[in-house]
Order: sequence, then C-alpha cells, then structure tokens
Amino acid sequence: MAETENNKILEVKDLRTYFYTDDGVVKAVDGVSFDLKKGETLGIVGETGCGKSVTALSILRLIPQPMGKIVEGKIIFDGKDLLKLGQKELQNFRGNRISMIFQDPMTSLNPVYTVGNQVMESLVVHRKLSKEETRRESLKLLEMVGIPEPKRRFASYPHEFSGGMRQRVMIAMAIANSPSVLIADEPTTALDVTIQAQILELMDELKHKTNSSIIIITHDLGVVAKYANRVMVMYAGKPVEFSDVDNIYYKPMHPYTIGLMKSITRLDEEKKKLLKPIEGLPPSLIDLPKGCIFRIRCKYAIDQCKKEYPPLVEIEKDHHVSCYRAKEFMDGILERFGN
Amino acid sequence: MENNILLEVKNLKKYFKLRSGFLSQRFAGSVKAVDDISFFIRRGETFGLVGETGCGKTTVARVILRLVPQTGGEAIYNKVNIFKLTSREMFKIRREIQVIFQDPYASLSPRMTIGDIISEPMEIHKIDSKKNRMKKVKEFLSIVGLNPEHINRYPHEFSGGQRQRIGVARALVLTPKLLLCDEPVSALDVSVQAQILNLLTDLQKEFNLTYLFIAHDLSVVKHVSDRIGVMYLGKLFEVANSEDLYKKPLHPYTMGLLSAIPIPDPEMERKRRRIVLEGDVPSPIDPPKGCSFHPRCPNAQDICSRKEPELKNYSKNENEHLAACFFAGKHI
Repeated sequence: MAETENNKILEVKDLRTYFYTDDGVVKAVDGVSFDLKKGETLGIVGETGCGKSVTALSILRLIPQPMGKIVEGKIIFDGKDLLKLGQKELQNFRGNRISMIFQDPMTSLNPVYTVGNQVMESLVVHRKLSKEETRRESLKLLEMVGIPEPKRRFASYPHEFSGGMRQRVMIAMAIANSPSVLIADEPTTALDVTIQAQILELMDELKHKTNSSIIIITHDLGVVAKYANRVMVMYAGKPVEFSDVDNIYYKPMHPYTIGLMKSITRLDEEKKKLLKPIEGLPPSLIDLPKGCIFRIRCKYAIDQCKKEYPPLVEIEKDHHVSCYRAKEFMDGILERFGN
Repeated sequence: MENNILLEVKNLKKYFKLRSGFLSQRFAGSVKAVDDISFFIRRGETFGLVGETGCGKTTVARVILRLVPQTGGEAIYNKVNIFKLTSREMFKIRREIQVIFQDPYASLSPRMTIGDIISEPMEIHKIDSKKNRMKKVKEFLSIVGLNPEHINRYPHEFSGGQRQRIGVARALVLTPKLLLCDEPVSALDVSVQAQILNLLTDLQKEFNLTYLFIAHDLSVVKHVSDRIGVMYLGKLFEVANSEDLYKKPLHPYTMGLLSAIPIPDPEMERKRRRIVLEGDVPSPIDPPKGCSFHPRCPNAQDICSRKEPELKNYSKNENEHLAACFFAGKHI
C-alpha cells in the first residue's frame, strides 16, 4: 500500500470548477477525481465542452477570475493541497514542478520578445543562475527540443517560426525546470500530422529521459492509443470511464465510450464500413438533465438513469465506470459492438 | 479515355502573384498554389484530395468552381471545358456542381432563416414557385436529418453539426451531379463527424452523387473515398484507390503521412513502426529545386535535387496507381 501511495505524484479529488455567467452557472468540471503515477502518461479525452481543458487549468489554478471558480476539491501534489496555497507559494510549483503546454503556439508566445528571451524567463523566475549560465542553459534547451541552429534562432521572434517550431519552443519553456508533471492541452491540434508526429515523439522521448509524468488532453483517440498508459473519458464535466488504455479501447463499459469507439474512422478499417455514431448532441452545461446526463443520447438508458447520477464504481480492478448497466456489459449480457 | 468520367482536370495551374510591398505594385514572384496537376473523377465515385496546410487542395476546388481564375490547364466536366464557358453557360453548369464548405459558422448568413438559405439557390436559378420551393426546403431538411418545423429559425440556433447539415441541404436542393466537399467535417467533434460522414455516404447512394472530398485527415478521406490523390506543395505526389494507397504506398511522402497518423488501437500502435518525417513543409514562395519533397525525404538521392519526377503509372492497369518519385515503392 505504502508503495502505491508513493507512486502517486499528483492526486485530484472531487474537483468542481464552475463558471458564473449571465445565463446561469456552468458546471464545467463537476466532480473529477484521478491520480497520476510517476512516469506515466494519462490521457483525458472527450468532446468540445466536456471540461477536459478546465480540469487542466484548475490544476494550475489558471481559471479566469472572477467568472470561474474552483468551488470544491483537492489537488494534492507533493503532500500539499495546491488549492490551499497562497499565490507566492503556488508560484514555486507553477512552471517549475508542474508545467503546461497550450494548444495554440501562435497565441501563447509573446510576439514582442525574442524566443531566447522567453525561454530564459522561465529559468530566471525559478532559478538563481548567472546571466551567462541562463543563456547557456536556454541554448541547451532549444537544442534539446530540436530547434536547428539554436544560437542563431535565439534572437528570432515567434513570428519567424513555423507552428511546429513554436510548439517546440513552448516545450523548451515547459521543461526548463525539469518539472515532474507536464500538462499538455491539445498540444498538436493546431499542427499538421507530420509535425504532430514530431512533437508527440519529442514529448515522449523527454518524458523517458526525465522520468516525468504527462497529462495529455486531446480529442484524438489515435494519439491516446499511441501514447497514454491510462485514459479518463469525460462527458459534460464528469468522468464517465477511467482505466488503462487497453480496457478503454477493447473493453469499454460506458455507452459513451462505446459510442466514441464506433464513431472513429480508422486508417486500417475495411472499406466503407458504416460508422455507428452516437445520436444527438452534447447537452448545454447550464441546464443539465436530472440523473445521468448521457441518458438522452443513450440507447441503453433505463428508468433508474433518470433518477440519480450513476456513481463512478470500480467494476473490475482499476476500471472505473459510471453507468448502471456497466455490470451487464461486463458479464456480456449487453452486446457492445453489435447494433 | 473512359467515358464514365464526370470531371477531368488536366495540367491545372494556379499561381498567385506576390507584390513586393504593402502598396507597391511591383511583381515579386509567385506562389504556385496548384502546379500542373491532373486527375479525373468517375461518375458516382468519391475522389479524395488529401494534404497538409498550404498544399493547394482548397485552391483546386476554388479553381474548378471558377471562384478564382486558373493560370493554366483545363477542367473538363461532362466533355465541356469549364474554363472556356461564358458566364451564362457557367451559370447553368453551377446547378450541377455544388459545394460544402469547411466552416459551418462562416458559410451561413446569420441574417437569413434557414428556409431562406436553403431556398436561395432555387431562387437564383428560378426553379419552382415560391410555395413549391418551401415544400422542397422542408423535404430536404428532413433528408439531412433536421426538423422541417425549424424552417424559420436562424443559423445561430443550431450547433456546428446541424449547421453542416444545413450546408448539405443547401448544396443538394438543386440536385447537383458533382459535390465538392472542402473539409466538411474538420470543425466537428468525432461523434458528430461520424453522423455527417454517414449522411454524405447515404446521400451519395440516394442521389447518385459524385464527390470531390478534400480534407487533411487521411483516415477520414480513406473512409469515404474510392480513390485518393495526395498533394504536397501544389503537386500531386500519388494517386491510387484507397486500399492500395494504404496497403502499398509508393511515394515516401505518402508513407510518412500514413505512418504519422496514429491508429486508435493501442495494441497495434505498440507494434507499429513509426516513420517520423523531419523538418517542416517548405515555403511555397520559394520551394526546393527538383522534387519539392527532397529536403525531408529519407530516400533522397542526388537526382532528386536536380530533376523533378513526373507522375507516372506503376500499375498494370492504366491510370490505376500513379506516383511522382524516382524511387517509387522503395521503403523508407
């Protein structure tokens, strides 16, 4: 037991992040719990608006104020609850022990500072190095992330870089202080596939080199299959299924996960196989139905689903599902991949 | 040439002129957005055009629709060269060639009801009376899976996937023969994406449509297409039926592209060998000499930087599997 406890580097407990808008309260994240183990890659997947990005932003307390607020939960890192820290203390963690890569490398770099300057900044903030050392260290970082001719590119501005190169700079900044946790929010969505492959390979390589952990947030189920060890599937602010990657792909127990798996086009599929998408659309987060949120789109819904939201239960070892009918999928009573 | 060909594009070129400064009129070179490409689409089939940002795939569609003038080449639709038609003749042909755009938010006027949006093409082409038009709009709304009672609603009342259905209804209402789909699902979430892809497949059967399907996502393109053309920096690198393209790609760029796309199957991904193409796509303003792919190509030889490879057939059957590479089929 003690061993497994030590293995956990980050723990999120019952996180709830709400946004108070003119139209009402948006429960963007509503009861998310998970843990991150040392050296693993955790994938968080779900569609637009399911709360995956807000989960990531909440960990670093980057929720836009005063609209958004973390109303409940614990984020335990290194024995401390990050939600209880003051701004100054938090700063010791943010960008240092836990860092983040954002989706859009065009807007997340400052256009008026040189690339070198921005990489140096992440070092200056957290470490006491001489100017000379900082520069040397920054050059080393740029080289590590595969920027060609780092010495020459050091004085370039972000607009002189391509999208892929900018994302490399973002990664250099993120790993500058060798963080133990790297949160990547859709790191390759804005990039072309061949560049996506480069960036993901780079992240994976760096993870192994530094023995850090990665949380990768994406809607791309291919990326998750390739890189994640464990996967959390989210729907309308709640985790609906959480397990290791093989269970999620080969033994999904939540109708939403099952539906997702049947919606994706695969490169290796037989020709013109008809996809079996989930009917309907994700609900508005302001006016959520009572009971299970997915039941409106779910063809397995029963009366019980209308009454109360199904709790996330461990249906088999390390496989958590929040569905009343998961047991029936498990026992093979309900057919998953048929019609 | 076979006679079941609906559209044939021959040596199509589109160069955009560059000016040297903001106000200057001085000619400073040109971007070869589409540089001498040829392909054909058979009746009732789906031809997919795939490539990364800036490869010229959207420009191909725009030139075929004559939304921008071509720099050279021909587009033969039903034995007629579209580029030679007068605007009146082109007007008639536009009924038969319709388009679905990428962004369902930008392609519908926010000030028109969806009834007006879908009936506008009929109005322009003076088809039917106003009453009949509305009847037809309702019919097409239900065909694309929307509630006909929503005819008086505005686009902002619909989600992205529903808007794309409206775009599909607008394109179909003139009962076209050829539908150009420019990234029709890339703005949508997976579950909605699958709904639209299924809709397009069903409609193709029902209305006997021919598709030119343009997208950057090769797994989507492969799913819908009978044949696929792979573009890179304004050129066609490989054309083949989709099975062959996946199972035995000939061009190293296609191989790299296929390998870069992760398959949603963890076991398979663990076993798969990954080829990572290095570097970025070069700027189209100053493309590399010879084969434009040679700086990134693991197979590149001396000749590749000097001469440009032609698109040649490598199959026993005519026009079945074309590739533009001196070392086509050599594994990387």
